[in-house]
Amino acid sequence: MSNHIRLSKGLDIPLKGIASNQTTKIISSDILAVKPADFRTLNPKLLVKEGDAVKAGSPILADKKNLSVQICSPVSGVVKEIVRGEKRKLLEVLIQNDKKNEHVQFNVPNLKTAKREELTDVLLESGLWPVIKQRPYGIIPNPAIEPKAIYISGFDSSPLAPDLDFALKGEKESLQAGIDVLNLLTKGGIHLSLHIDNYAGSPFHRLEKVIFHTIEGHHPAGNVGVQINNIDPINKGEVVWTIDLYGVAAIGKLFTKGVYDIKKTIAITGPRCTNPSYAECLPGMCMSDIKEYANHTAKSAGEELPVRWISGNVLTGTNVGADGFLGFYHNQITLISEGNYYEMFGWIKPFRSKKFSVSHTYFSWLTPKKSYELDTNTNGAERAFVMTGVYEKVLPMDIYPTYLLKAILAEDIDNMEALGIYEVIEEDLALCEFVCPSKIDVQEIVSKGIDLMIKEMS
Amino acid sequence: MKALRKIVDNIKPTFSKGGKLGFLHSTFDAFETFLFVPDTVTKSGVHIKDSIDLKRTMSFVIIALMPAMLFGMWNTGYQYNLSTGGSMEFWGMFWFGFLKVLPLIIVSYVVGLGIEFTAAQIRGHEVNEGFLVSGMLIPLIMPVDVPLWILALAVAFAVIIGKEVFGGTGMNIWNPALLARAFVFFAYPSQISGDKIWIAGLSEGQGIVDGFSGATPLANAMAGTPVPSFSDMFFGFIPGCVGETSTLAILLGAIILIATGVASWKIMFSTVAGAMLTGLLLNAVAPADPSSYLNIPAWDHLVMGGFAFGAVFMATDPVTSAQTETGKWIYGFLIGIIVIIIRAFNPGYPEGMMLAILLLNTFAPLIDHYVVQSNIRKRLKRATVTVKK
Repeated sequence: MSNHIRLSKGLDIPLKGIASNQTTKIISSDILAVKPADFRTLNPKLLVKEGDAVKAGSPILADKKNLSVQICSPVSGVVKEIVRGEKRKLLEVLIQNDKKNEHVQFNVPNLKTAKREELTDVLLESGLWPVIKQRPYGIIPNPAIEPKAIYISGFDSSPLAPDLDFALKGEKESLQAGIDVLNLLTKGGIHLSLHIDNYAGSPFHRLEKVIFHTIEGHHPAGNVGVQINNIDPINKGEVVWTIDLYGVAAIGKLFTKGVYDIKKTIAITGPRCTNPSYAECLPGMCMSDIKEYANHTAKSAGEELPVRWISGNVLTGTNVGADGFLGFYHNQITLISEGNYYEMFGWIKPFRSKKFSVSHTYFSWLTPKKSYELDTNTNGAERAFVMTGVYEKVLPMDIYPTYLLKAILAEDIDNMEALGIYEVIEEDLALCEFVCPSKIDVQEIVSKGIDLMIKEMS
Repeated sequence: MKALRKIVDNIKPTFSKGGKLGFLHSTFDAFETFLFVPDTVTKSGVHIKDSIDLKRTMSFVIIALMPAMLFGMWNTGYQYNLSTGGSMEFWGMFWFGFLKVLPLIIVSYVVGLGIEFTAAQIRGHEVNEGFLVSGMLIPLIMPVDVPLWILALAVAFAVIIGKEVFGGTGMNIWNPALLARAFVFFAYPSQISGDKIWIAGLSEGQGIVDGFSGATPLANAMAGTPVPSFSDMFFGFIPGCVGETSTLAILLGAIILIATGVASWKIMFSTVAGAMLTGLLLNAVAPADPSSYLNIPAWDHLVMGGFAFGAVFMATDPVTSAQTETGKWIYGFLIGIIVIIIRAFNPGYPEGMMLAILLLNTFAPLIDHYVVQSNIRKRLKRATVTVKK
């Protein structure tokens, strides 16, 4: 198998505020949150009540469909509050950190003799199982099904994404330990993709027992779904797993130290970030722990533009607000301006030098090195599909995106299947949504399609 | 700009809900978004969006149409001057043409936008930008002397039957502007064919210079009489529909459309390639009789009649053309072939561009279907191979 993949389609959005390679803060949050909404298809059963003492690794939630799938507390402390929304929907479980840093100690099996089931059991018990995701659909995998292969993307190409070489530079042993465990869970091998530009310099290219792929190209080249589509596309009936490097390291720590340790180095980025850099934290940390990173001086026509706090990147992240919490799977925080302002004749002005467009109807294509302070203005209103060939330019997959989206809108299961619904999740088509001149909510449509497939196929 | 903003701010309360003219709320919205990019922000999915929208896309088509429109105005005066043997200056000709063409543009926009606004208000939608382009295209593909009431009927037909019944912009099967022309072509054929109607005032028998015919090059070709020189046809000093005569002006538009990526160069290129190849083929098999239509040189076809205008502005309409990249090559190529076939072999009517594009509009979904099917078959094949293992 040739292991080099060149992707000519894609787009790196030149957004300002990339993190410089230094860790400027070690965050020890007072309050952390466990959010059921982070986990697709999780039907949460609450295992704790307010006032319960927990350790890092104590189960907080379980999945009603499969009680062995658990979500655990990231820290030791006390369950402070259970936040519910409409119809008593469980939104967040807030945990008061006691800063004693106590961990539940798990008995891990010896890798040389362990059976597959023993490995999955300890992953489930420790709460690390959800770091693995299953394709199709990007959901928590069913432990009973052995995947065809496991895919790991060794780089993140999304806008202002953390440099994984930097963020995980001290985790080499944990990563190798994690890969050793994963190798026992599949016969198809572990596929690790690295970007061609820093392949040799990457700390990961010396990892063992993995099948390497080098990737060349712009975002979404770092998306694991795009990589799978170009390595060995998923067919109907097949199941593969994906996991990010942070998850691999956490699994490695579980099997070397016996603890649930999901501490990670994340990037704090964006045009409204005063000091774009890295910070060490736990998933579930509160945005108020980094409030000094927000820049409140941006103005438009004399009025201050509010900051949008995004857990994740600008394409796929969640708007959590200044008091929100970092999502379980997110490795970066992005701060951008809200774009709630009017612009006179903006759509016809020839020069809007602060606006970026992939289309040549603006002149931003003449300044490829410039970066922009983009905001959340939609730059126009939603319309029907009119322009063609726009999505295709940013989707390096063998898929007809418009036809797939139309099949989803028509709830035509047969055609969704035929057009490749098994091969995509929302993040893979996020750039299509960014470039869409008709301002169509592409990811929302894909999400609806995946929900429909899960419902129909169960 | 600031003054305009003040005016809008002043009248806004009147048109808002509860105001005197509150019932025109959605119409006002259309005008407001015309003046201002709205302040809406992203809610789900991506947090930032590209700065392009349909308004900007459509306005680049309008900009690309400007050279053809301005030349068309001048040429209207120029042809009138030729036919009457007058002695107008450059600006005189332009002014004459401007006064002739402007009413066509106004009628087209007033009728079309009126229907669009009404349809949007009935549906509770925002007003779509599609007609901004159609409204400019329609006057440019009409003879300058077309009666305004016929033009109004044609626009209404195109917008209602061609677009709104399918669900509005983005849902239509046929190019609305060409449907307007087809309507006139079939309902009022005498208004859009013959030798008299292409030049202002000619059909009313205003003073004609001896020996002046007023026939278009296509009509000459049909009748077997000599066509004007290539350069005259290329620059556009010939009778014809308002905007279609000057291939040079249309090429300027094509450059704008291709450079901005608004229209597909693949369709333009393959349409020209299809016509050129077919034309060459017909030249090769043409009988010795020099008056045979088959003897018209292939390159002359590219600068005669509506070919260039159709290839650049009509065939490339993203809604009604093929939507897959492979499909676009096939679609354009077939248009090119069929135009020349209609021109050379159809005994009744010398022009083929309108019918060729409308025909391929009809077949574009079929072309796309087969292109997408090949992707589906590939996926199915992969799945069965895996199962066999």
